[in-house]
Amino acid sequence: MRDFSYIAATTIPEAVALLDEKGENARILAGGTDLIVQVREARRDVDWMIDIKSIPEVNVLDYNADTGLVLGAAVECYKIYADDAICDAYPGLIDATTIIGGTAIQGRAGVGGNLCNASPAADGIPPLIVLNATCVIAGPNGERELRVEQFCTAPGQTALEKGEMLVSMKIPAPASNSSSYYLRFIPRNEMDIAVVGAGASVTLDDAKQTIVSARIALAAVAPTPLFAEEASALLAGREVSDEAIDAAAQAAQAIARPISDMRGTAEQRTHLVGVLTRRALNGAIQRVRDAA
Amino acid sequence: MLENKDYKVIGTRPIRHDGVDKVTGRALYGADFQAAGLLHGRVLRSPHAHARITSIDTSRAEALPGVKGVVTAKDLPDAGDKVADLGEGAVNLKHLCDNILASDKVLYKGHAVAAVAATNPHIAEEACTLIDVEYEVLPPVLEVRQAMEPDAPLLHEHLKTTSLGETADEPSNVASHIQHKLGDPEKGFAEADVIIEREFVTGTVHQGYIEPHNATAHYNQDGQLTIWCSTQGAFTVREQVAEILQYPISKIKVVPMEIGGGFGGKISVYIKPVAALLAKKTGKPVKVLMNRADVFEGTGPTPASFIRVKMGATNDGKITAAEAYLAFEAGAYPGSPVGPGAMCIFAPYNIENVIIDGYDVVVNKPKTAPYRAPGAPNAAFGSETVVDEIAEKLGIDPLEIRLLNAAKEGDRRADGPVHPRIGCIETVEAAKAHPHYTAPNGKKHHGRGVASGYWFNIGLESSVTINVNSDGTINLIEGSTDIGGTRASIAMQAAEVLGISAESVNPSVVDTESVGYTAVTGGSRTTYATGYAAYEAAQDVKRQMIVRAAKLWEVDEANVQFADGEFSSINGKEEQISFRDLCARLGETGGPIVGSGTVNPGGAGGAYATHVVDVAVDEETGKVDILRYTAVQDAGKAIHPSYVEGQIQGGAVQGIGWALNEEYIYNAEGEMTNASFLDYRMPTCLDLPMIDAVIVEVPNPGHPYGVRGVGEVPIVPPMAAIANAIYDAIGVRMTELPMSPDRLLKAMGKI
Amino acid sequence: MARRSHVQTTLNGETVEFLCEPRQSLLEVLRDELHLTGAKEGCNNGNCGACSVILDGRLVNSCLVLGVETEGKSVETIEGLAEPDKLHPIQDAFLENAALQCGICTPGFIMSAKALLDQNPNPTEHEVRYWLAGNLCRCTGYDKIVRAVLDAAAAK
Repeated sequence: MRDFSYIAATTIPEAVALLDEKGENARILAGGTDLIVQVREARRDVDWMIDIKSIPEVNVLDYNADTGLVLGAAVECYKIYADDAICDAYPGLIDATTIIGGTAIQGRAGVGGNLCNASPAADGIPPLIVLNATCVIAGPNGERELRVEQFCTAPGQTALEKGEMLVSMKIPAPASNSSSYYLRFIPRNEMDIAVVGAGASVTLDDAKQTIVSARIALAAVAPTPLFAEEASALLAGREVSDEAIDAAAQAAQAIARPISDMRGTAEQRTHLVGVLTRRALNGAIQRVRDAA
Repeated sequence: MLENKDYKVIGTRPIRHDGVDKVTGRALYGADFQAAGLLHGRVLRSPHAHARITSIDTSRAEALPGVKGVVTAKDLPDAGDKVADLGEGAVNLKHLCDNILASDKVLYKGHAVAAVAATNPHIAEEACTLIDVEYEVLPPVLEVRQAMEPDAPLLHEHLKTTSLGETADEPSNVASHIQHKLGDPEKGFAEADVIIEREFVTGTVHQGYIEPHNATAHYNQDGQLTIWCSTQGAFTVREQVAEILQYPISKIKVVPMEIGGGFGGKISVYIKPVAALLAKKTGKPVKVLMNRADVFEGTGPTPASFIRVKMGATNDGKITAAEAYLAFEAGAYPGSPVGPGAMCIFAPYNIENVIIDGYDVVVNKPKTAPYRAPGAPNAAFGSETVVDEIAEKLGIDPLEIRLLNAAKEGDRRADGPVHPRIGCIETVEAAKAHPHYTAPNGKKHHGRGVASGYWFNIGLESSVTINVNSDGTINLIEGSTDIGGTRASIAMQAAEVLGISAESVNPSVVDTESVGYTAVTGGSRTTYATGYAAYEAAQDVKRQMIVRAAKLWEVDEANVQFADGEFSSINGKEEQISFRDLCARLGETGGPIVGSGTVNPGGAGGAYATHVVDVAVDEETGKVDILRYTAVQDAGKAIHPSYVEGQIQGGAVQGIGWALNEEYIYNAEGEMTNASFLDYRMPTCLDLPMIDAVIVEVPNPGHPYGVRGVGEVPIVPPMAAIANAIYDAIGVRMTELPMSPDRLLKAMGKI
Repeated sequence: MARRSHVQTTLNGETVEFLCEPRQSLLEVLRDELHLTGAKEGCNNGNCGACSVILDGRLVNSCLVLGVETEGKSVETIEGLAEPDKLHPIQDAFLENAALQCGICTPGFIMSAKALLDQNPNPTEHEVRYWLAGNLCRCTGYDKIVRAVLDAAAAK
């Protein structure tokens, strides 16, 4: 493993100043489950690892039924799914946090790191997209916010500028009669990277028969996780039906531009986008209907 | 014939002797070895699948602070010099050496090219990046049928096909062609009412042991070389290292550390000679560890293969003829297990007319190594699927057709040997009688499949020494490394002879200077052959103890008998002494007792297995889930049933992995793209149900307690059983391994 | 080379100090600096669980933790599990159930199982399988491991 230096930052300004000073070979260390492997396997050149886990703001996990969730960038998966209120409010996010790696990975890895790693196959990102999450970013020029679907720009690349770091993600409080769902296809039942991932959120009318609005997001079918905007829009105002869901699934398939690699073929992925989009939508709708 | 009888120790389930060390983290495996002044070695590997090495410059690496030595193939003795001395064997020596460190060509990505010793592993790794190797890249050939084409790129310019004793004139990637023939296949097919002929493809798969290869070597000033390592056979390591380094075996000591899995993959040496070269160059102990990618890319997997099977049967289910064409990828150097594949393919059946052709073919992949019943799983995937199809065509229950044609004592295997007492019929009958086979399974896209398998098992040499302790216990010294509880299964056989408890035996696995020659832990031979040696050593102890009792009682030896742990005199004096009490009196009766047993038994009994599996197929995604699994196997006699079950369960699950997801995935350049546990998808516990292991006991007449090897045959049936279950579920015959979701989607016409 | 850092941590209940390079993982520190070789390297990228340890009460892969990150933290390893004269119930259950063959994955499985039973004393078979999915065993087919963990839970 290449040689590097390690600094544990204790405040946001300290971390930002270090990032700014050390330049592109500095990298934020949170859970480290991607970063340490990438450096060890010489897939990323890092001279400085800046550990942010002692910074209070990145450890915030604060849910309020009116204002929503503030999810600190370094909060580990296991803390998220240990919170019953968050499980109730954002089941799609919980779906993802319980399948990222195994139990031991979930003891270290968080959704913020999953986002900053910017893998096209990241399980954590489609739920953030369908839940309308916003990224809170700190940098040399202060704080800014960015919609989560704009955060990843290419495999392993993000919209973070020099000196910037992700502080937290903000997720609005769920509307009534809404729910979310995420699933991925993997050949095993755990410990795999998504061949395709699909997330959906839906809001139904009070009769739970008509879709008021929906959001669909996909993983592992493009250089970045995708918000399936047209597919989502197709569902607004439609009655829940196989036809409506099929139409959305086909629209989702239309924006997939997958590659073939060791995890799956392009044809397989395109096919799976249809299957998983249907399952994600049906899953979210079922959750709305199952809720008391 | 041996009958099952009541034993005191055999058949019980004592706690294994090495258990506490292994659950507390105290057991020392190869990588755990420490020594003062230890250096750390790292191997530089080829980035190309096929290339000529034009130059290697190690000067930049040598200049890095902390680097203590760099070696390349130039540091190995010149294998070429041995051609005149050893004849044909020398060719193998050259191959053997070239696989340790490539001399002129690299033949697969991951092929070792050079190695560095440094003060810490990170420096050694960095130094590897500073070794400048120039390659002339050549086109690779990655698939057996392509490699057999006349215009395929050649791996070895001097390799010529040996076919049925004749050597061809022109070079080829086909190293050899073998053939077995029985009866008149043409006539047999003419008698058949139904003939099924199918082609099968299987992928390259790895043993997947969790512990990477490791070796620490040190030369003393007197030239004594010691190697501490994880291996299936310390004596085999000694032999190979002696050959490769051209060094006398008397000057090499191999110390087997605990071993973290092998399954056949830790018999061939890779980094052990490299550690020795680095130790020689630096004068220090050097530890070389592989990482996981090294293990996938630089050690022997088991071959991919192309198989064609044709079988014919009459309407009443009698199989009249069988034909097989087996083309196996040897990897970079000749030596695939196509031979054993050809021996096993039709062995569950008594078929009068058989012809089997096997081809051993080199390709630009790592040199293959044994993996649990090497060759047989590939072959059985073909034959057991075709048998299923014949049964279906004839409307006969798939287990019934196996019973109708089952091999039994006196039948001849296609490659010649006549079966001794075997348990083929018994395993099929037990599967048929198992509640699993008749349980309802009618859900949509659920299916049930069965398949049988055979492995011949081996004997080979084993040595055991027993030292009798004054407190009535014995120290049992053996040379078989313990990968799955064999300390217990061997100790129990000695305990049975001496009428003592399993806990009264203290088994030790020792180095090559401390026990007689013992062949590898492999071939399902350890409980059979080393257990046999332990039986003989215990008999030796018993004989000597009888002499002592006779001396004690001043009676003739013939008047002393031993039963149930008690010596007693017969004919006259009523004397009695327990084994334990006599142990305390060895000093006064002549001194310590050391018993020894050495064997090279020829009676390894073949093992049969029949598996039943239920699957669910997700027809939208192509994913197959294993719902229920029952594995029936003839163990001959299960010495420690828990560890027999463990072998059956573990073998079946490796077969499930092979069936569903495991394979080496290559890109066009010949690079393996999934050389990690993340992407080489071995089953996790969440992918599996409990595995019901059913032990059948048909004693092997070639062993005093009837033991048959149990380790290998459980991996033979799963692939075909699952393929047959998938067919039952969705009506699609899968003929390519693994039966991964994308292949199922294609086969179902969904993509 | 980056300077070696001084780290103080609690290891199996005892305060320990060590020096390590930033690039040394907790696994390397345990094995090479502290000579606790119970945690094993199987893959070095978080996919086999052979290096599982408990860090501040949470199961982690020690290959994915830097040694320097453990400053002020508490680490539990397989070596700290048994009492001087008594095995931990999970260790007993592994022996009784013959839940190991080669044993290389065993320390990782036992630590993982301990972390499970500490927070869920009565898991279902499915919960056990889900929790242990990050630990690979190639010898046993998992059957006896799952039974051992269920037995250990029942024995508590």
